[in-house]
Amino acid sequence: MTDPPLLSSAQVASFVARGFLRFDAAAPAEINEQFMADAGEIPKPAKGVKLRRVYGETLAATAIPEAPAGLPLAEVYPAGSALARLLDLPLVRGVLQSLLGDAPVFDHHFLHVTFPPAYHAAGGGENVSQHTHQDSTIDPRLAFDVQLMYFPHAVSREMGGTRFVPGTHLRKVSEVAVGRYQNLRGQQHMVCEAGTLLFLHHGMWHGGGVNRSERTRTMFKIRVRASGRQTRRWDLSDLAAPVAQRPIFLRKSAPEAGSVETILTTPEPWFEQDTGRLEFVNRIKLWRYLTEDPLYDADYWLTRLEAVAAN
Amino acid sequence: MVLYLANSALDSPVVGWSLYDGTGERLHMAGDADEAPYSTGLAALIDGWRLIQASQLLPHPRGEEFDLSYLKYEFFFEQLIEVGP
Repeated sequence: MTDPPLLSSAQVASFVARGFLRFDAAAPAEINEQFMADAGEIPKPAKGVKLRRVYGETLAATAIPEAPAGLPLAEVYPAGSALARLLDLPLVRGVLQSLLGDAPVFDHHFLHVTFPPAYHAAGGGENVSQHTHQDSTIDPRLAFDVQLMYFPHAVSREMGGTRFVPGTHLRKVSEVAVGRYQNLRGQQHMVCEAGTLLFLHHGMWHGGGVNRSERTRTMFKIRVRASGRQTRRWDLSDLAAPVAQRPIFLRKSAPEAGSVETILTTPEPWFEQDTGRLEFVNRIKLWRYLTEDPLYDADYWLTRLEAVAAN
Repeated sequence: MVLYLANSALDSPVVGWSLYDGTGERLHMAGDADEAPYSTGLAALIDGWRLIQASQLLPHPRGEEFDLSYLKYEFFFEQLIEVGP
């Protein structure tokens, strides 16, 4: 095994197709407990105190440092802090190296706290979920950043959990312009054990779930980008040489499960019938970028179009 | 109610949905239901909803044929409900 353990081609293909990789209970209890201590106490609800003030006081008191965008990720967190230890886990180093290459660069981070009903009642606000959105702004790049979501304590369905919609990451939309979409088939809610990590493509549609439990919910997000070449950085030993196209449409057996081609051409439940095919096209383009193989194709989706364009 | 369908046909499957209750009786929000209220747009019609708007079918700009952004097949429905004075 490599050090750190790098992702396999199937895992990277799944990230390309679905936009996320999830690792349950990946961080040990001592890091999770240290993180919660570093994050700090959250003021108790008090009548008339608005949530904005509670949040502001929480951020002002946290031991998690402010950090300017553009720093090397390795310089952001003090040695020995929970977040430095988290980023030093072999799994985390391996995933970031596989998707971004060496020496990733810090973009921003945020301490997400979702408050239970008592806080909303005390402050006079409404307890609702966050509108679905894509972070940052319209981003037409083929290259991608990674957002690491760290769930330092167990999250139940009642606590809301971060909601995300697999496969939405390649859509070029303008942040919360997708807020009208309340529910999409296949959406997932992060119900997880403490220490669970979710690595997202920056384009993933997501939002915070409504917290109906009796305790606050904490999630920490770090956005990271590549400092140099991010292509062909995973464990390439299982990357098969390009093969002849496989039969399509009239097939007498199910396609090989787990192959890159099958992963890239598996639809999500919310896919529209026609644009679902365009999703395949865009996944194949992203796989070409990551593998540095401009001729790669899965199930003839791009070869067919390029043959027409050449005539 | 807004339904997002798998293609432009009203009897195609629902892939996304949103509900906004103008009576104030129920507060719907993002992520509040993992099951669609109807299987197709037509099923909503049959259940008494009135279709008031459907998204247009627009040509694809040259050079941007493969770019994807917002959902294409959006159908707005309404239901009139009597509320007390």
